[in-house]
Amino acid sequence: MTALPDRNGRAVALDVEGLGVRLGGQEILCDVTFDVSAGSWVCAIGPNGAGKTTLLHAVAGLVPFEGRVDLWGRELGGYPRRARARLAALVPQQPVIPEGVTVQDYVLLGRTPHLGVLGTERRSDLVAVEQALDRLELVWAAERRLDTLSGGELQRVVLARALAQEAPLLLLDEPTTGLDLGHQIRVLELVDELRREHGLTVLSTMHDLTLAGRFADRFALLSQGRLVSKGSRTDVLDAAVILEHFGASVRVIGDGDIGWAVIPISERGGT
Amino acid sequence: MNRRTRAIAIGVSVLVVSIVAGLLVGPVHIAPGAALRWLISFGDQPPGMSDQQAAILGNLRLPRVIVAALVGASLSASGAAYQAVFRNPLADPYLLGAAAGAGLGATIAVVFGPSAAFAVTVPLAAFIGAVSGVGMAYGLGRSSLGGRSATSLILGGIAVASFLTAVQTFIQQQNAETLRQVYSWILGRLGTTGWDDARVALPSVAIAVTILWLVRRLLDVIEVGDLEAESLGLNVGRLRLVVVVAASLATAAAVSVAGLIGFVGIIVPHTVRLLAGSSYRQVLPLSVLFGAAFLILVDVVARTAVAPAEIPIGVITAFVGAPFFVLALRRSGRRAA
Repeated sequence: MTALPDRNGRAVALDVEGLGVRLGGQEILCDVTFDVSAGSWVCAIGPNGAGKTTLLHAVAGLVPFEGRVDLWGRELGGYPRRARARLAALVPQQPVIPEGVTVQDYVLLGRTPHLGVLGTERRSDLVAVEQALDRLELVWAAERRLDTLSGGELQRVVLARALAQEAPLLLLDEPTTGLDLGHQIRVLELVDELRREHGLTVLSTMHDLTLAGRFADRFALLSQGRLVSKGSRTDVLDAAVILEHFGASVRVIGDGDIGWAVIPISERGGT
Repeated sequence: MNRRTRAIAIGVSVLVVSIVAGLLVGPVHIAPGAALRWLISFGDQPPGMSDQQAAILGNLRLPRVIVAALVGASLSASGAAYQAVFRNPLADPYLLGAAAGAGLGATIAVVFGPSAAFAVTVPLAAFIGAVSGVGMAYGLGRSSLGGRSATSLILGGIAVASFLTAVQTFIQQQNAETLRQVYSWILGRLGTTGWDDARVALPSVAIAVTILWLVRRLLDVIEVGDLEAESLGLNVGRLRLVVVVAASLATAAAVSVAGLIGFVGIIVPHTVRLLAGSSYRQVLPLSVLFGAAFLILVDVVARTAVAPAEIPIGVITAFVGAPFFVLALRRSGRRAA
């Protein structure tokens, strides 16, 4: 995989140019342009219905689109399906949890793009599954059925499947949905560790701007299908920008005692 | 022995036992040892076996056992595969209009065909009807109902089945004298089975079951939904088409030699799941083994329970299947809750 280096000399893992998506006659995304350096974490933020999930689906090749999406310097459409799935692993917001399936069998699904279409799993695939389970501290749950796990455990299992997929680009759609505060932080820390250990590139969507601001390197703000701002957190997570696009009054606290935070200002509560 | 090999071993044993039962049980007594010697010598008449006994084994019981096994394996494997690609635990092989198409085909053959040739025309018409029914349902689901999703195909199946059943009912009403014949065909039977039926069914069943067996791992992948399966590199639309073609072929072959035998495609895969877990890597091969064994045993009951008369085999599978269906529903209901 050869790719043009970005201005910091890092390879560009994902290059999106003039991306437009129409679904059922509705324009969901329009003229979205941004890139993601290899090894970085870019977070797409924006109000509900801004097109964040569709953006991830387009990058994963799951919806038809206009414009260009390049993965490691090669156009997405130029990759066969399974080669594409070896490059980008999607963790959906609400994964479908099949009935009666064990954790081990579920994580094994991540090996699908590495197997021949009609092939069965080899020793190396089982090793990859074992490693993913081990890395996410799920070895104890290998034989458990998915429907017996808690929300936090389930999120780790889905991450383990993505890890077993061994794709260098991780597409995370709201990875903290439905988790309590402690589990939210642990999942994000885990993603961050995996990114550093395995040199993964992460493109995620997130609603919690404080957590997003603490974990991601760069941000892309989508509003009504258009990219309205991109850059570092000081560029994008700005009180005036947030008021304009989210319709919410916030105070953004810089590197004070509590670290970085986006705090909603309630007219009722007062701050 | 792990759970997987144990389940396969149980499946093979049950199949062997049911084949032996299928050969031994009947109004004419045949000694088990003699029957076994006859079987492993491929039909050489062992000393002490009469010509009549050899003829009963070779011309009546063995082909009947083989056809029952082929039909049971087809319906069970197709049912299991349909439950995967339509992500619906209650999907059966007749889901996409196969039954209605076969029913209409058989009715047309009975009403308009020459009665001397029923043995050939009815199975052939049923086969063509089943394949056309599924083809229409698939085409309708894809073209008019928005895409290749499981739901649009199922809706296509419902529309086609209602339409074909209406046509069938109309033809029957106009030709009331043929009602009895059509009705007995619909209830399912292995009574007239001979080697011809086995020869007719074998190629389709072998091809279809092999295809379903080859895609068994992909059936696990599709369980996570179309979108996620696509993100794992699976061509979901193509897999669904391959499964529909293979399952229709198997179902049409089964229907053409045995009529409409209900519930087998639901009972067997669900029993297998209780025994060996829900991965299709096991569910599919085990459904073939247990499906074959199940229908051989049901047929033994069908021809002995009220001997010398026979109970239509579809009546027994429905009699066992309906309560089982409720149990499976209760189980899936409890899990969803």
